[in-house]
Amino acid sequence: MNRAAPRRSSTVAGSFLRAVGAIAWKDLAAELRSRELLSAMLVFALLVILIFNFALELDVKTRATITAGVLWVTFAFAGTLGLNRSMAVEKDQGCLDGLLLAPVDRSAIYFGKVVSNLAFMLIVEAIVLPVYSFLYNTNVVSLGLVGVILLGSIGYVAVGTLLSSMAVQTRTRDVMLPILLFPVIVPVLVAAVKASSGFLQGLPMNEILPWLNLLVVYDIIFIAIAFMVFDYVVEE
Amino acid sequence: MIEVRKLIKRFGLKTILRGLDFHVAQGEFVVLLGPNGAGKTTFLRILASLSRPSLGQVVIAGHTLPVQAAEVRRTLGVVSHQPLLYGDLTAEENLRFYGRMYDLQNLDARLTEVLQLVGLEHRRRDLVRTFSRGMQQRLAIGRAVLHDPEVMLFDEPYTGLDQDASAMLDDVLRNVAARGRTVVMTSHDLARAEELGSRFDVLSRGVIAASCLQQELGSSNLLTFYKQALAA
Repeated sequence: MNRAAPRRSSTVAGSFLRAVGAIAWKDLAAELRSRELLSAMLVFALLVILIFNFALELDVKTRATITAGVLWVTFAFAGTLGLNRSMAVEKDQGCLDGLLLAPVDRSAIYFGKVVSNLAFMLIVEAIVLPVYSFLYNTNVVSLGLVGVILLGSIGYVAVGTLLSSMAVQTRTRDVMLPILLFPVIVPVLVAAVKASSGFLQGLPMNEILPWLNLLVVYDIIFIAIAFMVFDYVVEE
Repeated sequence: MIEVRKLIKRFGLKTILRGLDFHVAQGEFVVLLGPNGAGKTTFLRILASLSRPSLGQVVIAGHTLPVQAAEVRRTLGVVSHQPLLYGDLTAEENLRFYGRMYDLQNLDARLTEVLQLVGLEHRRRDLVRTFSRGMQQRLAIGRAVLHDPEVMLFDEPYTGLDQDASAMLDDVLRNVAARGRTVVMTSHDLARAEELGSRFDVLSRGVIAASCLQQELGSSNLLTFYKQALAA
């Protein structure tokens, strides 16, 4: 039998990126086959959008200021479902141990899960946005809004992936994740709602920019924190 | 190959391992016996770098845990009673994923080689969730040997297997041992342990209570040795 050898030209950064890519590829391939996670997130998101539409009788002016909140509440709720499910798959089948046994920096596992969770979140958002636009009679064709959704989703997934890997170790993981997550993501939700609302109302950029800055800073800080603590979170 | 000195593991106020000493030479096949709750799985998880020791020293293939955990993990192959496989991926995709996590070169050739070793070449494109428990366990062994590790850790690998699957697993384990790999296996199946192991250690009350080489068993069988070790 040939002896299996690691790549000779392998650098630490190269191995790290290959591991991140492998985890993201694995999650996407498994999800494309089962469609369990995406379908649950999507159905839930569409239901929330629909329920808010019937529950809120809004005039045109109020709608412009309030619906950005509806949009982000929908993303946050649907995202929680996805984050819970994504980590539960690893825990239930014991696969988290399989990942932890790999000779790579454990933050590669975190970033791999972030990439796949972000992809799921963006797919759901891309499908929900036209429905939102139709139901709330809002024009969502705006590069600025797309940027806010991307930044907000990165912040949400960065924190959510870290906290879901903590919550999944508890017996009450389904309840635990929202309890841990929602207080921590208040800044990202507030900033995302304000910035989205600004773009939807066509406010000048100098009024939106502080919220965009807050989103960028939040993303950087929480990605850095997760990078430093993930190893301790997943270890017994 | 494996050196463990004065290992202590506590979970809160409960002490599971109480100053355990354990040494395994290269090429040895050590079967770790002990009653339920003795700490066998905890001990194996520490060797596998999945759990940190509370106190004590663990050195595997010259690398110290937990400081050199990544180097240790590269030398280890681990099989537990859970297969650590993804049901929604095929056998080949599962191995390819782990191969990429270990950053292996010549992965295609290696995958074919390993699938042949565990007798699953004909099912390589089938989803793992369609596999029987025995087939999943064989693929789990394929996953564990994919990077050709020097040390293999088996945590009760026969759990839930029928006679045929157990016999197949015997063959795979003999094959692994015949390649000169160092093996540590926990098991409750004394007959199988006696057949496969070159040394038997009994873990009781958080320490290795007794140890015996295969040739030292003599006319008495492993069951007698095991009972005496627990009674002592």
